[in-house]
Amino acid sequence: MQLFITGWAKKAFFEVQEYVKLCVALARAATSRPFYYRDVVEQLDAVGVGSLTVVLLTGGFTGAVLALQSGMTLDQFGARSVVGRLISASMIKELGPVLTALMVTGRVGSGIAAELGSMAVTDQLNALRALGTDPVRKLALPRVIAGVVMVPILTVISDFVGIVGAWITTVTQLRVASSVYWNSVVMGLYIQDIWMGLIKPVFLGFALVSIACFVGMRTTGGTQGVGRSTTQAVVAGSVAVLVLDFIITKLLISLLY
Amino acid sequence: MGTPTPLESRLSRVKTPGEPIIVFERVFLAFGDNVILKDISFELRAGFTKIFLGASGAGKSTILKLILGLLKPQTGKIWVNGVRVDTLSESDMMKVRDDVGMVFQEGALFDSLSVRENVGYKLYEESDMDLNDVHRRVEEVLGWVELEEHIDKMPSQLSGGQRRRVAIARAMTFQPRILLYDEPTTGLDPITSITIDDEIVKLRDIEGVSSLVVTHQLRDAFWVAERMAVRGPDGKVQIVPASPEKLAQTEFVMLRDGLIAFEGTASELRANNDPYLQLFLS
Repeated sequence: MQLFITGWAKKAFFEVQEYVKLCVALARAATSRPFYYRDVVEQLDAVGVGSLTVVLLTGGFTGAVLALQSGMTLDQFGARSVVGRLISASMIKELGPVLTALMVTGRVGSGIAAELGSMAVTDQLNALRALGTDPVRKLALPRVIAGVVMVPILTVISDFVGIVGAWITTVTQLRVASSVYWNSVVMGLYIQDIWMGLIKPVFLGFALVSIACFVGMRTTGGTQGVGRSTTQAVVAGSVAVLVLDFIITKLLISLLY
Repeated sequence: MGTPTPLESRLSRVKTPGEPIIVFERVFLAFGDNVILKDISFELRAGFTKIFLGASGAGKSTILKLILGLLKPQTGKIWVNGVRVDTLSESDMMKVRDDVGMVFQEGALFDSLSVRENVGYKLYEESDMDLNDVHRRVEEVLGWVELEEHIDKMPSQLSGGQRRRVAIARAMTFQPRILLYDEPTTGLDPITSITIDDEIVKLRDIEGVSSLVVTHQLRDAFWVAERMAVRGPDGKVQIVPASPEKLAQTEFVMLRDGLIAFEGTASELRANNDPYLQLFLS
């Protein structure tokens, strides 16, 4: 048993060490030449525009169901009119960033791991290196930049759509006046909430894409290995998003509030 | 600075034909408890060909990866083009790779790029060459491997043999002086294999490329060793039986249990009475 735990701990430590090495390589690649602009633009489109539909649907329905559930709870206190306050705070500070990151992990993280994994098992990554291209610069960095830029943008869109979804539910189902809802939304927000809602997705975007790149580029074991990497990227990315969300929230609360 | 050793002085003349262009000196490599290469030493001379034979898992492909710096040995020294590569960083290794082309097993073509983009990859992405010149060079090398009409296809639209020929074209686009072939004919039918073998012979004899071929296909190995390419009176390249001088420029290396079990010419390999070699040749 002790041997198993020691072996597991060693393996985990090695994985973390390799991930840190990738992060250092990414930092070095971001601050030196060559820089593959065309790949960055392609990835901004793949990560951002490609994820728009799933983010719109998730945001809209989350806002709508949140309004329904909050309405029921607030009714117990006769406070149905302040539902907007709850929606805006929840969506912007927490649900928007986390749900967007989770959706992007499912859609983009799995895609990145599968694509880079296939390249790894068919020697395409080695072929890139043999042709004088650093795979971290050419493949990982553009994807990470796209994650860091597009996840916050998608989060803002998700927040907006969520609040609109909640508005429709509030007006049609809870019978709260539109003006009361929007007034409550604005009243419930502080500038610190906006900052939290914008800072968090930057870190979540970096984490989920860099983990997918890390897992994908280390794929071995043929097509079975690609499948395994895809699953690992989604599981590790999702857990990382939730853990990082807690850590950043704690940090930002102590810094901003 | 001390007096250069005989090897060092030969390495300094690396651009001279017949001088060592790749040198392995007592190379050892293991992955955990799995020892791949125990004590490997050999030289590839400029303009010559070395053919590595051996059973699956004997470490043949590993040698190619060591030359390209994709793997690093635990002990021993490796020189490529006069540069010691076993201690080089990844960024310094890029300069060494400018003069080494590699044809990977199954081709390793980039799925998302067309034949044109695959073949011209290094020139498009890693050089400042004028785009028209790159297009011209891509068309020229695709003409060399007789695949001009497939220039705008995607790799998935090509047959196995065509993919290998595109991989050869990609490796030669930037005119390297060393070409490494990793199982270039594995999985191909005999007729297609011979077209690949002919490309290897043509590159060696017409372009003067030093080659290192890893294979376990004996028929192809002997074809490469015992044929040569010459230009006919009409200027066309012909494949003919090799002259005695050319035969001596191709050496076989047999790997067994992480060691070199045999090193010599095709005729020496055939004449060898070692039971393992005989079993391999039978």
